[in-house]
Amino acid sequence: MDILQTLTDLWEGSGFHSFLVDGGWKNLIMIAISCVLLYLGIKKKFEPLLLVGIAFGCLLVNLSYFTPESTDALYHPELWSAFLDHESEFYHDYGNILANGGLLDILYIGVKAGIYPSLIFMGVGAMTDFGPLIANPKSLLLGAAAQMGVFLAFFGAVLLGFTGNQAAAIGIIGGADGPTAIFLTTKLAPELLGPIAIAAYSYMALIPMIQPPLMRLLTTEKERKVKMEQNRVVSKTEKILFPIIVAMFVILLLPSTAPLIGCLMLGNLWRECGVTERLSDTVQNALMNIVTVFLGISVGATTAADSFLNLQTLFIIVLGLTAFCFSTVGGLLVGKLMYVLTGGKINPLIGSAGVSAVPMAARVSQIEGQKANPSNFLLMHAMGPNVAGVIGSAIAAGFLLAVFG
Amino acid sequence: MNFFTVAAQTVDSGTKMDIGDAAITAVFGYVVVFFGLVLLMCVLYITGSVFSNREKKAAAEEKSAAEKPAETVPAPKKVPPAPGSAGHIKLHDVPDKEAAMIMAIVADTLHTPLNELHFISIKEVK
Repeated sequence: MDILQTLTDLWEGSGFHSFLVDGGWKNLIMIAISCVLLYLGIKKKFEPLLLVGIAFGCLLVNLSYFTPESTDALYHPELWSAFLDHESEFYHDYGNILANGGLLDILYIGVKAGIYPSLIFMGVGAMTDFGPLIANPKSLLLGAAAQMGVFLAFFGAVLLGFTGNQAAAIGIIGGADGPTAIFLTTKLAPELLGPIAIAAYSYMALIPMIQPPLMRLLTTEKERKVKMEQNRVVSKTEKILFPIIVAMFVILLLPSTAPLIGCLMLGNLWRECGVTERLSDTVQNALMNIVTVFLGISVGATTAADSFLNLQTLFIIVLGLTAFCFSTVGGLLVGKLMYVLTGGKINPLIGSAGVSAVPMAARVSQIEGQKANPSNFLLMHAMGPNVAGVIGSAIAAGFLLAVFG
Repeated sequence: MNFFTVAAQTVDSGTKMDIGDAAITAVFGYVVVFFGLVLLMCVLYITGSVFSNREKKAAAEEKSAAEKPAETVPAPKKVPPAPGSAGHIKLHDVPDKEAAMIMAIVADTLHTPLNELHFISIKEVK
C-alpha cells in the first residue's frame, strides 16, 4: 500500500481541497451565507420552522457539491438540468434522479412535483378560520388589491432583463405566500428556486419591520383610530359550505390553481365539517411538520454556489422587497378608498393585511391600530383580508401559470 | 381557445419579453385577480343573505313562540361555577366574544394562566 498516494487521494477527495480549486471559494461564501441564515432563524426567529431547514440544506449542498464530478454530493444540479432539458435523454426522467441522485435530490422530487407546497396549503387550510372573511366579504377586495406588488415586480423583472417565466416567479414573492412562491417557481423557473424561496421567507419574517412605516406614511391619525363594528356571527353551515363553494368557483375560473386551492379548501373542510377531527388534527400538526422538514431542506439544497452567487440573486432580493412594499401599498390604498366610501367605518390599516402572510400581517394591523387607539381591536377584522390574500395570491399564481406554464 | 392559450402562444416564456407585452400581462393579471375575488365576494354575499334571512325567520318564530302564554316552568336551578373557575364576571356593554378576547390578551400579557386570574367586571370606556 502506497501510504503517500493514499494520503494524496484522501486530500484531493476532501472538501477542504475542493475549496482551493475550480471556484471552490464560492462554496465558502455560501457556507458563510448559510451560517448567517441559521443565525437569523435561530437567534432572531425569522420564520425559524422553514428558514433553519433551508439554511441547513444550503450548508449541506455547499459542503458536498463542488463540481458535476462530486459523486458523493447530496444534490446534483446537473441531474435536474438534464431533467428539464427537452433535448436530453433524461428529460422528465425521475428514474435517472432516483438512480443517480443524492438524498436531497430524492427529497426535491416532492418540490418539483408540487407535492410539498400543496400539502402545506392543506395544513394552512386546516389551521385557518375563514369566519372573518365570510362575515365581511368586502375583505376580498383588500386581498385582491394587495396583489399589486406581484404584478409590479413582474413588470420590473422584465425591465431588468429576466424572461417572462422568471419574472412571473419573482413577482409572486409579492404575494407573501411561501408555498405559492415555491410552487410557481418550480413550475416556471426552477433555476431561481433558492433565491426566491429565501427572499420570500425572509421578507415574510420582516413584515413587522417592512409594513409599519408604510402604514403610518399612507394613513392619517384619524383613520388609524377608527374602531370597526363587530362582525356578524357566522353559522357552522356557512363555514362548511365556504370551502366547497370556493373550490368549485376558483378552480372552474382558473384550473391551474387546482393543486393549491383544492388542498387549501380540503384542509379547511376537514376543520369545519366536525366529523373529521382526527384528519384535521393530523394535517395541522403531524403532516404539516413532516412536509416542513422535507420542504425546507430540499429548497435549501437548490442554493448551490454556482447558481446562487450571481447578479440575478441580488436583483431578486431587491425586486422581492419592492413587491412586498407595493403589495402593502395596494392594500392600504383600497383600504383608504373603503374608509371614504363607508363614511369612515373601515379602518384602512386592515388593508395591509391583504398580503397573505397569515397571521403576521393581521397582527401588524392590530398592533398599529392599538398604537393609535388603545381600545382598538382590529385583529379579527384584519384576518378577513389576510385569508383573502391567500386566495388572491393563489389566483395570481394560477394566472401566471396559465400564461407562462 | 381562451385568452390564456392565446397569451401562451404570443409570449415565448423562455426568452426575453417585450415591455409592452409585460405591461399588458401585468395589468390583465391584476384585473383577473380582482375579477375572481369580486365574483367570489358576490357569491358570499348571496349565501350570506340566504343564511341571514333564515336566521331572522328562525328568530321571529322563536319570538312569536315566546309571546304565547308560557306554561308554568320551574325556575332554573342556579348552576354552580365549573371546577377551577374564578367566579362570574359582570359585563357592561361588552359582548361575550370581546370580553373573552380581552381576558385572553390580559392573561397573555401577564404570562398567567387564565384560571388564575379573577376578572370582576369589564366596561367599555366611551
